[in-house]
Amino acid sequence: MKKILILCFTCLALAGCSSDIWGWYVINPTTPSGWINIKFLVSGIGNTILISIVAAFISINLGLIIALPGQSSKKGWRIVNRIYVELIRSIPLLPMLFWVFYGLPIIFRSMGINIPIDPFWGAVITLAISDSAFTAEIYRSGIQSIAKGQKEAAHSIGLNYIQTMRYVILPQAIRRILPPLANQFIYIVKMSAFASVIGMQELTRRANEIVVTEYRPLEIYSLLILEYLVLVLIISAGVRWLERRMGANENQ
Amino acid sequence: MQTTAIELINVNKWFDKFHVLKDINLKVETGEKVVICGPSGSGKSTVVRCINKLEKHQSGFISLYGKELTNSEKSANSIQGNIGMVFQQFNLFPHINVLENLILGPMKTRHKNRDEAVKIAMHYLERVDIPDQANKMPAQLSGGQQQRVAIARSLCMEPKVMLFDEPTSSLDPEMISEVLDVMVELANDGMTMIVVTHEMGFARKVADKVLFMDKGKIVEQNTTEEFFRSPKTERCKTFLNQILKH
Ligand SMILES: Nc1ncnc2c1ncn2[C@@H]1O[C@H](COP(=O)(O)OP(=O)(O)O)[C@@H](O)[C@H]1O
Ligand SMILES: [Mg+2]
Repeated sequence: MKKILILCFTCLALAGCSSDIWGWYVINPTTPSGWINIKFLVSGIGNTILISIVAAFISINLGLIIALPGQSSKKGWRIVNRIYVELIRSIPLLPMLFWVFYGLPIIFRSMGINIPIDPFWGAVITLAISDSAFTAEIYRSGIQSIAKGQKEAAHSIGLNYIQTMRYVILPQAIRRILPPLANQFIYIVKMSAFASVIGMQELTRRANEIVVTEYRPLEIYSLLILEYLVLVLIISAGVRWLERRMGANENQ
Repeated sequence: MQTTAIELINVNKWFDKFHVLKDINLKVETGEKVVICGPSGSGKSTVVRCINKLEKHQSGFISLYGKELTNSEKSANSIQGNIGMVFQQFNLFPHINVLENLILGPMKTRHKNRDEAVKIAMHYLERVDIPDQANKMPAQLSGGQQQRVAIARSLCMEPKVMLFDEPTSSLDPEMISEVLDVMVELANDGMTMIVVTHEMGFARKVADKVLFMDKGKIVEQNTTEEFFRSPKTERCKTFLNQILKH
């Protein structure tokens, strides 16, 4: 394994030296045109982050709304939860994005509602719904990790289902729920790249646009990957910090 | 004149195919103290849990002050803390302190404001003899203290009936008496109580009636005096001999 890695790196390094494959001038910060390209590419990060944060926020709330009927003692409610989770989990992101962006407005129009779906909201809605199936499962395992006796004690002092969740179960489950939820944010950031296909001006879209004018896919997509890498590594560090804090709290 | 607090008529319950409760009949008058004993797995917990609707019964009739308790959600919610329950494992809420544990029910179910709820909570903490622990987290207390907090938490709801499911079984021996003392006091104050326990000393002291359960049936049901003087069935005699030996 180690040998293969070394081989790969050597090849890459050699390729990097041979100037007929690489043309770094396209994103050379010391030349005016290269600097303009870099600025154009990196400035997509604002939208990538914005889409991810809004989608994650919706998903965290939607996931909870989906998770709660899954805990109900009524079979009908549990089935609603299972159908949603299984259905949403099995739809690939790209078709869902097309359906939301191109299909949903037709349904809206036929119902007499005039809500245009712009690329931003198209991407946010799709990412949020797709991710909510996963956040719902995270809530489920978090809630189930709380001992049954807690629910019974809450019932014995007259708390109803919502109150039991609100005051007894969720405050305890949150320590186990937050780290995986934060992890799920990484999934959203990566999947937000699909927003480029419906014209959203984020990191990937910017890269595509420069590639079309400059014909330098290797360098530009390398930079694109680096951009996501840095973004995800920063978030991972945040998640690890959160996990440590949650773990520390648990021992109190 | 006595009024019936709890009544069970021909209650049956199955866990899938396993017939766990067989024709349970039980009448508990207001102020009466009933002790349920019997070997492990005989269905004692299940009887108690059916009464406050933590479990559903499949046939028969259960009532609280004449009002039938069905398996519907509405019925379960209508109990609203009128039936207090003390668990073997205490089940305090570990993420909030003792005082918050106590005021949660009165504030959310009885719609008391915080000051009123705190007043009630401190009153009952004094009754279980640990007013100085109000601001501690449950994990900082000993088992005996935790169980007394759990009793106080139930009492804060001012229940009409208190159920105890082996309240001293997971306590270290030296802590059993502090919990039993609180329960004896509660009994002397006239609380209606159903207590699942193997503490026969407690039964002799406070119980009006003792039940012996075996394999899902109430095998014996008698006044405390009669129960200990002349147990009728062989099964009950051996059981009593076994636990009284310890
Ligand atoms: N949720 C459950 N599902 C299936 N069987 C159960 C469940 N709870 C209890 N039982 C079974 O029912 C029987 C009676 O249990 P329980 O009422 O807890 O007995 P006891 O309290 O007298 O020890 C036991 O055999 C137990 O294994
Ligand atoms: Mg039991």
